[in-house]
Amino acid sequence: MIPAAFEYVAPASVEEALAALAEHGDDAKIIAGGQSLLPVLRMRLNAPEWVIDLGRIASLRGIRDGGDHLAIGAMTTHHDVGQDPLVHEHALLVSKAITHLADAQVRHRGTFGGALAHADPAGDLGAPALALGSTFVVQGPGGTREVPAEEFFVDLFETAISEDEILTEVRVPKHDGWGAAYEKFVRIAHQWPIVAVAATVRMDGDAIAEARVGLTNMGSTPVRARATEAALSGVPATEEGVAAAAALAAEGTNPPSDLNGDADYRRHLATVLTRRAVLTAAGRG
Amino acid sequence: MTATQEPAQGEIGRDRRRKEDQRLITGRTRWTDNITLPGMLHLAMVRSPFPHARITSIDTAAAKGAPNVVAVLTGADLGEGQGACINAWPVVPDQVTPAHLPMPTDRVAFAGETVAVVVARSAAEARDAAELVEVDYEELPAALDLKEAAANTVLAHPDLGTNVSAVWRFDSAEAGTGGDVEQAIAEARENGIVIEREYRQQRLIPAFMEPRSVVVDPTGEQITVWSATQVPHILRFAIAATTGVPESKIRVIAPDVGGGFGGKLQQTPEEMIAFAVARRLGKPVKFTETRSESLLTAHHGRDQWQRLTLAATKDGHVTGLKVDLLADLGAYVAIVGGGVPVLGAFMFNAIYKFPAYQFQTTNVLTNKTWTDAYRGAGRPEATFAIERLMDELAHELGKDPLEVREMNWIKHEEFPFTTVAGLEYDSGNYEAATARAKEMFGYDALRAEQADRRARGDRVQLGLGVSTFTEMCGLAPSRVLGSLNYGAGGWEHAEVRMLATGKVEVVTGASAHGQGHETAFSQIVADRLGVPFEDVEVLHGDTQISHKGLDTYGSRSLVVGGEALVRAVDKVIEKARPVAAHLLEASADDLEFSDGRFTVRGTDQGMAITEIATAVFAAHNLPDGVEASIDSEATYDPVNFNYPHGTHLCAVEIDTETGQVRMRKYACCDDIGNVINPLIVSGQVHGGLVQGIAQALWEEAVYDDNGTLVTGSFVDYLLPTAADTISFDLDHTTSPATTNSLGTKGVGEAGTIASTPAVVNAVVDALRPYGVHDVAMPCTPERVWRAINSGGSGGETTQAAAPHFDESEGAAQ
Ligand SMILES: Cc1cc2nc3c(=O)[nH]c(=O)nc-3n(C[C@H](O)[C@H](O)[C@H](O)COP(=O)(O)OP(=O)(O)OC[C@H]3O[C@@H](n4cnc5c(N)ncnc54)[C@H](O)[C@@H]3O)c2cc1C
Repeated sequence: MIPAAFEYVAPASVEEALAALAEHGDDAKIIAGGQSLLPVLRMRLNAPEWVIDLGRIASLRGIRDGGDHLAIGAMTTHHDVGQDPLVHEHALLVSKAITHLADAQVRHRGTFGGALAHADPAGDLGAPALALGSTFVVQGPGGTREVPAEEFFVDLFETAISEDEILTEVRVPKHDGWGAAYEKFVRIAHQWPIVAVAATVRMDGDAIAEARVGLTNMGSTPVRARATEAALSGVPATEEGVAAAAALAAEGTNPPSDLNGDADYRRHLATVLTRRAVLTAAGRG
Repeated sequence: MTATQEPAQGEIGRDRRRKEDQRLITGRTRWTDNITLPGMLHLAMVRSPFPHARITSIDTAAAKGAPNVVAVLTGADLGEGQGACINAWPVVPDQVTPAHLPMPTDRVAFAGETVAVVVARSAAEARDAAELVEVDYEELPAALDLKEAAANTVLAHPDLGTNVSAVWRFDSAEAGTGGDVEQAIAEARENGIVIEREYRQQRLIPAFMEPRSVVVDPTGEQITVWSATQVPHILRFAIAATTGVPESKIRVIAPDVGGGFGGKLQQTPEEMIAFAVARRLGKPVKFTETRSESLLTAHHGRDQWQRLTLAATKDGHVTGLKVDLLADLGAYVAIVGGGVPVLGAFMFNAIYKFPAYQFQTTNVLTNKTWTDAYRGAGRPEATFAIERLMDELAHELGKDPLEVREMNWIKHEEFPFTTVAGLEYDSGNYEAATARAKEMFGYDALRAEQADRRARGDRVQLGLGVSTFTEMCGLAPSRVLGSLNYGAGGWEHAEVRMLATGKVEVVTGASAHGQGHETAFSQIVADRLGVPFEDVEVLHGDTQISHKGLDTYGSRSLVVGGEALVRAVDKVIEKARPVAAHLLEASADDLEFSDGRFTVRGTDQGMAITEIATAVFAAHNLPDGVEASIDSEATYDPVNFNYPHGTHLCAVEIDTETGQVRMRKYACCDDIGNVINPLIVSGQVHGGLVQGIAQALWEEAVYDDNGTLVTGSFVDYLLPTAADTISFDLDHTTSPATTNSLGTKGVGEAGTIASTPAVVNAVVDALRPYGVHDVAMPCTPERVWRAINSGGSGGETTQAAAPHFDESEGAAQ
C-alpha cells in the first residue's frame, strides 16, 4: 500500500537531525532501516508529516572497541553486527541472536538501534542487550545521557528515549570467554519469536560460575530471569542441575496470549527453552 | 497396465525447462498492474470495518474536494449499472442465494465489503481521499460461528429468514449405487466396529503471489478488461449477463497471472466496480488491491465441520460411510461457492469398496468473507476425512494402517470400477504405488525407530502418516455438470494455426496462471505435428484470440484442454493430407504421416507439414475444392472425470516438551498416467504438497468475536517458505487414463489433496501412546503440547494477534 505523503530530510549529522526533530516535534518520525516504520506507514497506521532519515550520518554506523565494552552505532545493520568479529569475540550472545533475526533482506536493512528503539517485546535484540547489561547512549538538545538497559525498556513499543532524542549508540560490556545461546521458538522460519531465551554463562570448570538470562516476549518488555540466574550460580552444568534453575524462568513474568499460544504455554516454553539455552551456552547442549 | 514410463524419445516425457519462466520470474512482462493507459484513472475502495451493519449515510464531500479526485461513487450512485456477482451453481433448485451487488447500497454483510469507490488521477491520491469518506454505520448482530449460524441464532441476511442456503444430499440406496447406510451402521453397532468422529476443516486463504488487479478501458468499440484472473471467459460471460452490455462488446484479457490456486476463479466485486466506473466516466481505470485487501476480501477456502460415521466388520472390512457436513459459505454464495462441498460428495468413499454411503452438506451463510474453490475444492476435505478415519479404524483394530487400506481398496485387476458414489474409475494401481512409496520411505525401518523411541521414552517421538488418496479431476463432463445443476459446461477448446513461415500458433481456452501450459502444450504439438518445440507459440487468456474456453481450475487444462488440442492437431494433419497428395502427385491413401512429414509409401518422396502450410498460404496450387487453410479447431467434452491417485507417506518428529512438529521425511508415489513434462509435474507436486502440509501445520484464517479477520497479514497468516519444508522424495507409477488420447491425469491439485491427512495422521500416530486420537488443524505446537498433556485435540485458536508494528507511533493519526 502507499503511505500518506510526507516530507523527507536526510541530515548529515546527529546535531542536524536533532535540530530537525526539534523543529518538527510531534509531526516527525525518525527512520533508520525502515523495517518496522515503513510497514506502519504503508498500512497507514501512522502518517507523520516529516520523516527524518538517519541513513547519511556516518558517525552512527560501525562498531568500536571501547575498552571494557563494545560500542555499537545505532545505525549499524543487523547483518553488519552479526558478521562482526569483535561482536563474536566479546558479545557472543548478540551474534547468536542475530542469526535468528528475520531474514537476510531484513537483516541488511534493519538496524541495531532501530530494533531496540522500536522496543517490540518480541524483538530478538532486547533480551540479549538486557542480559548483557548494556548501556544506551541517547543524545538530545541538552546533550548526551546514558541509560542502563533496566531503565531503557519502559513498555510495549516504549523506551526511555524522549521525543526530542536520538539513540546513538549501545554499549555492550565485554563478556570474553562467556558461552552463549539464543533459543528462539517459532512455528515458521520468518516469524517473530513466540518465546525466546538469551543465555550467556561463564564456566568455572564443570560448573556454572555466573549466568545471565534474558527472555523475549514474556511481558511487555524484555525481562531477565533473575531467579534462574541466581539459582544457576555454582551449579554443575548438568541436565538436572540446570533444569531445576530453569524451572524458575517464568517467575514474575506476564506473557501475552495470542494466535501462537496463551500465557500458560509461554510460561512452560520459557522454562524448557531456558534449560536448553543454558546447557548450550555451557557447552552441554 | 502399470509400468515405469519409457525414457522420452520425442518431446512428450522430456523435462523441458518452462519457456515462460524467464519473463515470469524476472517480471518483465505484462502483469495487469504493469499496464498503463493514456489518461488512466486509479481506484481506491472504501471498505466496511464491520461484519454486519446498516449503512446510514455516506458523506463523500471531503473526498471529492481532495487533490486530483475525479469522482467518489457509492452503490446508490452506480445503481443497476454495476451489475451483480453471480452464483453459477445453485446446488439445489430452492437454494437461498442472497443478492450480491458489487457495492451494496444499504447493508454490508462482511468486514471488508466495499461501500464507496474513489477515483483519482493517481493511486496515492485515491488512497488519501478514501480516508476522507465518512460512512455512518448502524451495527447489526453478526453471524460468525458456523455452528451457531447453522442454528439460525443470528441471521447473516435478516431478509432471507434463514442462514441455510442449501441442503444437498446423496444416498447410495436412493441412487441405486449401493446399500442403506443406516442399516450398515446399525449392524456394525451390533456386531462390528463403528468409528464416529468430528473434524474441522479450518478456514484458509489462497494467498496467491500476485494480488488481484484490474484495468478497464472503455474507449474503443469493445470495452477491454485486463484482469489478474483464472477465468477470462467466465468473467466476460458474467459481466455481459449482469450489466446488459452485449458479450460481443466486451473483451477480457488475462495477461500473465501470478498464481490463483482457485482464488482467482471468481467474478469479483472489484472487477465489476472498475467496469462500472470506467463506463460511467468514459476513461480507463485501474484497481490493484493491497496485500491486506487481498487477504481480507479475496475468497477464502475450506471452512467445514465434518461429522463422520464409518461402519466396519470386526475384521476391518468397511461396510458403510455417512458424512454430514456444515460448510461455511461466508456472506454470499460465490461463483462456485455452494458447489465446493458437493465436489467432495463423490470422494469420501475414495479408493475403498464401501457397500453403502450417504453424504449430506448443509451450506450456511455467515457474516465473513465468502468462500469458494481453493486448490482441491471439496476433495481435500473428503480425502482428509476418509484418510483420518482409515487410520482410526486401523488403530481400533490394532493393525497397520496400510494393511487396513489394502483390505478395502479396489484391486488393480478390478478396474474399471464403479464406486458407491456412482463414478467409474478408469484405471489405477494402488498396490504398485503403495509398494513404491514404502520402498522410498523406508517404512519398516522408520516403524522400528518409532518403537525404539517409544520404548526409551524419548523426548522426541516419531509418527508415521499414511494417505492413499484419489481424486476426481479434469472438470468436467458437461452432462454430469448439467445433472448437478451447474450453470455451464465443462468442455475445452483449442485451435492450431499453421503460419506461412512454418511456425505454429496454438490457441487454448485454458487460461494459464503459472502452471506452464505454454511449455507442455508446445511439447504435445511438437510431437504430434513433428515441428520443433521452439516453433510452437501458445496463445491464451484473451477472449478475442482464444474466443472459446472455460479456463483453468480443477486440474483440467491438460486432460481436457490438452485433448482438445490433440484433436485440433489431428484435424490439421487430415486437412493437409489432400494438399500433400496433390503436391506429391500421389494418392492420399498412399501417404504416411510421421515426424512432421508426409511421405509416399515405398518412395523417398515426401513433404514437411510446414512446407504444406507455406503452399497453402500461397494457394497457387491447391487441389480443386480445397480451401486455402489447414488451420483447425476442436472442442472437446470429456466423457468422464479423471482419477489420479497416489500413496503419500510422512514422518514427523514431535518434541514432546514443546509440541513442536518437525518434518522428517516425505515420500510419495503418484499415479497421474502418462507424464508430458516431468519437471513441471514435480513443480506441481512440490507446491501442492507444501500447500497441503501448510493446512496441516501452519495456516488458518482466524476471526475474532467482532468479526475482524485477525490473520490479516503475513505476520499472522503463516504462509510457509522453502525454509520450513524438507526435500520430498517423489516418484510415479503409470496407469494411463483410458479416457483421453494421451493417457494423462490431472496433477495440479494432487499434492494438496493428499498431503494434509498424511501429516495429521503422522502427528496423531506419534501421540497415540499419550491417549491422543486427534489434533485439530493446524497442529500448532501449543495444540500438540496440550494434546499430550490432556489427551484432547488441542482446543481452539486464541482470537488475538500480537502487534509488531506500533500503531500509536508518532503524532498524526
Ligand atoms: C518481515 C520482517 C520480519 C522481521 N522479523 C523480525 C524478527 O524475527 N526478530 C526481530 O527482532 N525483528 C524482526 N523484524 C524487525 C526488524 O528487526 C527491524 O529491523 C527493527 O524492528 C527496526 O529496525 P529499523 O532499523 O528497520 O528501524 P525503523 O523501522 O526505521 O524504526 C523503528 C522505530 O524506531 C525508531 N528509531 C529508529 N532508530 C532510532 C534512533 N536511532 N533513535 C530513536 N528512535 C529510532 C523509529 O522512529 C521507529 O519508531 C522483522 C521485520 C520485518 C519487516
